[in-house]
Amino acid sequence: MSSAVASAPSPARETAQGGRSSLTRSRIRAAWIFIAPTLIVLALIAGWPLARTIWFSFTDASLNNLADYEFIGFENYVANYDGEWFGLLTDPDWWHSVWNTVWFTAVSVSIETVLGIIVALILNASFPGRGIMRAVILIPWAIPTVVSAKMWNWMLHDQFGVINDMLLRLGLIAAPITWTANPDTALWTVVMVDVWKTTPFMALLILAALQMLPGDIYEAAKVDGVHPVKVFFRVTLPLIKPALIVAVIFRALDALRVFDLIYVLTANSRDTASMSVYARQQLVDFQEVGLGSAASTLIFLIIALLIVITMAAGRVRLSGDPR
Amino acid sequence: MADVVLKNVRKTFGRTHVIHGVDLDIRDGEFIVFVGPSGCGKSTLLRLIAGLEDITSGELFIGGERVNDLAPAKRGIAMVFQSYALYPHMSVYDNMAFGLELAKSSKADIDSKVREAARMLQIDNLLDRKPRQLSGGQRQRVAIGRAIVRDPKVFLFDEPLSNLDAALRVQTRIEIAKLHTDTRATMIYVTHDQVEAMTLADRIVVLNAGRVEQVGTPLELYHRPANLFVAGFLGSPQMNFIPCTVSHIGPDGVQVQLPKAGSITVPVSPEGLRMNETVTLGIRPDHMKLSPQGTLTGRIELVEELGENHLLYVNVGGERHLTIREPGDAHHEAGQEVALALAPESCHLFRESGEALPFLSGSRTPAPPSPDLSSRAA
Repeated sequence: MSSAVASAPSPARETAQGGRSSLTRSRIRAAWIFIAPTLIVLALIAGWPLARTIWFSFTDASLNNLADYEFIGFENYVANYDGEWFGLLTDPDWWHSVWNTVWFTAVSVSIETVLGIIVALILNASFPGRGIMRAVILIPWAIPTVVSAKMWNWMLHDQFGVINDMLLRLGLIAAPITWTANPDTALWTVVMVDVWKTTPFMALLILAALQMLPGDIYEAAKVDGVHPVKVFFRVTLPLIKPALIVAVIFRALDALRVFDLIYVLTANSRDTASMSVYARQQLVDFQEVGLGSAASTLIFLIIALLIVITMAAGRVRLSGDPR
Repeated sequence: MADVVLKNVRKTFGRTHVIHGVDLDIRDGEFIVFVGPSGCGKSTLLRLIAGLEDITSGELFIGGERVNDLAPAKRGIAMVFQSYALYPHMSVYDNMAFGLELAKSSKADIDSKVREAARMLQIDNLLDRKPRQLSGGQRQRVAIGRAIVRDPKVFLFDEPLSNLDAALRVQTRIEIAKLHTDTRATMIYVTHDQVEAMTLADRIVVLNAGRVEQVGTPLELYHRPANLFVAGFLGSPQMNFIPCTVSHIGPDGVQVQLPKAGSITVPVSPEGLRMNETVTLGIRPDHMKLSPQGTLTGRIELVEELGENHLLYVNVGGERHLTIREPGDAHHEAGQEVALALAPESCHLFRESGEALPFLSGSRTPAPPSPDLSSRAA
């Protein structure tokens, strides 16, 4: 640097301060001014609550008096009193809610992906009324989750629900089923309602990817006489894979923090409780802000871990040329 | 190897008629070029032959077999697309082998076919690359290679050179001509570039607005265009057109009166012409000369130097311009008044309907082609 400065006398004055010209410095200053509002808002609405939650998870704070708490280290996570283990990591209910969430995510996102691809392929074909179909299919996605959960709750009601009534009339079941209360059907019911609601979102993302594909390669495949099924698995699927993985990650993120659907459909039932439902129960019902915060912190870590694994498995590059 | 026969082939998209009854007889091993302005239906006609579009009415035969209802893959054709249409996620090798995998060929068989085609096109060192790692010319070779490995009866080319730069276009054009010489396969080639049409074709089919205007050898079309459209479409710069009136009909041709100038006797058969009828005289830029005795006078508006020759744009009154091409460097400047001499034997006469009047026998420089080549489709 110094030799370059010495050999070029005129820029030497400008580069004297940190090696930057005054123009570059004013540009950097302008950049900071422009991004400062965003950074401040992000810090206030995301950074501060996150930091506070992590802090609370190391305290014995209680909801009825948030001002009075003590630092207790990792005792919310795991603690040993007189040879007995306590804390979140030893609570079978917590681990059950983790299992519920992961199972729900895996099953619902898998079904939504497959159905989404099928719906997208249908919507990608040209047929009369395609524009209307594309709008109509979005309706389940447009309805707020609480509304659609309440609606399904009523439809699935064991005595007055239309689902039981139809199945009884068709002779498929002998007696009404308590869909949301029965431990055998409750989680499947939640999955079913989630699939109904979010398949359109999946289909729309995949449809966008399909429409980016060049049409000529399909004509080339036609001339080559390649069977449409083979074209799908060997041409279409590899080409939409990057978009598909992004869609799956989006959906998985959503599904891992599922709360409203399960809470409205099955309340605090242990059979269906997700991690978020568990955390809310600790925080609000049991007033245990410390333990609830510990649960929230673990949710944060688990989701981060699972997304990293998914991205590594799909070797997805979120930037750059997807092909 | 197969001939391709079209019988009154029509195509409509909804209420739009794109192809209006095309009859065409393409012989086995022939290199035929469809040429015409954009939107004339040449690509649609090729896609009808390929089977990528359904024929609305009429019949299509490939190798004597009616193929109207056959899937593209069953027609024994291979197609090279303008946009190459390579599978972006597959290697060059897989791009060429993909279509063969279903044809129940053995792995070794596929391998030898792909490698032979790659050697032929000099892309054998690129087989592991992805299309995005190739230049435009290399991609087009892969697309041609994919067609070759199918060993088709008929090759279809849809403007294969239009995405290449000028130098590469000439080189690839020569390679396609060589491919035709080597394989002797029937080839149907669509282009809007008349140089490609003239250089590659055994016969050219000139299309306009979904109709065949003329079918013939390149020189036949150049020297004996059947109508105003073909005369104006082939040849660059365009043929000059001068409206004039019939002033005398004699045994040695038709005498026409040029506007604000003398008259000229064109050796064409007067078939059904009346005196004072309006006709159009056509003459190519090479067939006019600057000469003090010229029949037409005008002022040079623009001179374009091209090196081996030069173009003069001459205003001959009103808004009408004539283009003249002369060899070597220009000896004139814009603004000069000049007189133009027209060689009568190089003039064409067109009726008001656009149809060309036939030349009197023995009056033309090029030998008249054999009659079966000059068949004009409806």
